[in-house]
Amino acid sequence: MPSNELAAGPPVPVTPTTSAAEDVIHDIGFRHYDGARFGRGWIVRSLLVETVRGIFGLGRPAKSKIMPWVLFGILMLPPLIIALWVILTGGKDLPLSYTGYLSSMQFVISLFVAGAAPYCVSRDLRHGVIPLYLSRPMKRSDYALAKFGGLSIGLFLVLAVPETLLLLGAVLAKLSIGHQLAGWAGGIAISAILALALSSVGLVIAAFTPRRGLGVAAIVTTLLVASGMSFVLSGIAEQKGYLKLSDYVAMLDPFRLVDGLAVAWFGVSSSSSTAPPPGALGGTVFALVAAALVGGGVAILVRRYRKVGVV
Amino acid sequence: MDNRAAGNRGAGATLPIVPAIVTDSLTRTFGLVTALSQLTVEMPTGVVGLVGANGAGKSTLIKILLGLLPPTSGRAQILGMDCRTDGLQIRQLVGYMPESDCLPPDVSATEFVVHLARMSGLPSAVARERTADTLRHVGLYEERYRPIGGYSTGMKQRVKLAQALVHDPKLVLLDEPTNGLDPAGRDEMLGLIQRIGSEFSISVVVTSHLLGELERIADHIVVIEGGVLQRSTSTADATQLSGVVLVEVTDQAAEIIARLRAAGAQVADAGGSQSFTVELSDETVLDAVQRAVADLGVGLIRMQRRRHHLTEFFQPEQEAADAQQ
Repeated sequence: MPSNELAAGPPVPVTPTTSAAEDVIHDIGFRHYDGARFGRGWIVRSLLVETVRGIFGLGRPAKSKIMPWVLFGILMLPPLIIALWVILTGGKDLPLSYTGYLSSMQFVISLFVAGAAPYCVSRDLRHGVIPLYLSRPMKRSDYALAKFGGLSIGLFLVLAVPETLLLLGAVLAKLSIGHQLAGWAGGIAISAILALALSSVGLVIAAFTPRRGLGVAAIVTTLLVASGMSFVLSGIAEQKGYLKLSDYVAMLDPFRLVDGLAVAWFGVSSSSSTAPPPGALGGTVFALVAAALVGGGVAILVRRYRKVGVV
Repeated sequence: MDNRAAGNRGAGATLPIVPAIVTDSLTRTFGLVTALSQLTVEMPTGVVGLVGANGAGKSTLIKILLGLLPPTSGRAQILGMDCRTDGLQIRQLVGYMPESDCLPPDVSATEFVVHLARMSGLPSAVARERTADTLRHVGLYEERYRPIGGYSTGMKQRVKLAQALVHDPKLVLLDEPTNGLDPAGRDEMLGLIQRIGSEFSISVVVTSHLLGELERIADHIVVIEGGVLQRSTSTADATQLSGVVLVEVTDQAAEIIARLRAAGAQVADAGGSQSFTVELSDETVLDAVQRAVADLGVGLIRMQRRRHHLTEFFQPEQEAADAQQ
């Protein structure tokens, strides 16, 4: 097949002596690739990186960058103000604990999740992109896990940067380093757990709502309703005298769940007046529920993608 | 960059004996619906046309071949790999262009294809280089930097084709690539698919519900209907073995028809006063026509092969061969 050799053959080497030939563009035909082909590890990592970038609007149109960066900016404001205030007034401690910061920014964090989770999964579902992923050397669960990992990392960054800003302010204000470092480490740990829990809730909802706007609304509503329910039920239980029940009902809200973990593990005071988990048992139960929330979410997500893209 | 192409691929292309796809009693049911029933077929390398109406089981077969859907029973092999167990390896060396819309509107063709090239396991630098190359080959130039949302149907089909080719597969499965295209776009797409088979040396399985358009570009045609194999023939075989011959003479057509019928041939009127068609049961029919014409001393204007099942299709070489007879 001479035409084949002509088309797919190696490019004719251009010798430096014939300078005129260097300006000519040769159509060298379709080139084949014999190099390395990486496996699932590389593919999952690439998809994860792509997801994290996309959450912050990188590689997407300008208008996709507005929401994440505005919300990220809002999340950085309190640490900046607190840091300045402590530096200028010379206080003995931060007016807000590292973990308390997470609870106080609950609404903004919820909005960020509501914007990011649908981007991660709804877009591919809506526009039918899944078959293109499935026809590549990866497993269905790889896709779900990469998206989960990507959103978790993106969320963690959004929480960890303000936490670190708080630490920076405390250090500049010459507060006790050891104490602040311990507080910061706790804040980072709780941020990580909160990122996992919120990713799990957000992605499960988004994966069942291919319409992006619907997904955003559903996630905000779910997080707000969960929070409201948990406070209302806690209040009712407390009035009726079931104090333990009142404490445990806090677990309905992911933010109060991780707040309870912060109280149990790091001994910080609870940011919501009603939620100190009772003792070692309480801490264990809260931890188990958090693990179940994350694990259950991932399991539902993986299950969901077992069905997508098959007739 | 690499020069294996002419050597390896060229050698591969000259060995069409090794089938690209083999299925053996392949069956797939969805509840009470049987999508594929006892499908046993071999598809050679080169361009294979898979023809069937909507719902004939084409897409189900493709999903089984990609290792995404386990068959209910039976066996399928693609490039020598088992579709039940070797899904990951298969998908490394096979490209797939889905029938449905599958492009997000807010990214450019370049970004999207680079991303999917990485998803096929290519390193980033290679992914970028091959994306630029592949988009050029499918005919996307400056517009490849614009968001896909603003593309025409023809351009979108080209992006879908590019993502199936970007990782240099050994075989591509193209599901209804001409869907939604206008006649000119259809011809361009078919030409491109033909080039993939010949110039790029990549085997192609292309589905369509239109037999006519695949006949023009395919080396081999497989027809399925209701999940059952109807026929599997190379397009060259089809012209040789099946069909009827259109005969046109200068005079005495009725007498020739009578003689042929006496010799046991199936003859039908072709509408013209001095022409008729005769069923080509074997080569002796041609001799009988020749003898009758020679005996009567009339002029033979033409003998042209027609085929039964495949629609109008004349390969130039075949026509020339017919004219010589």
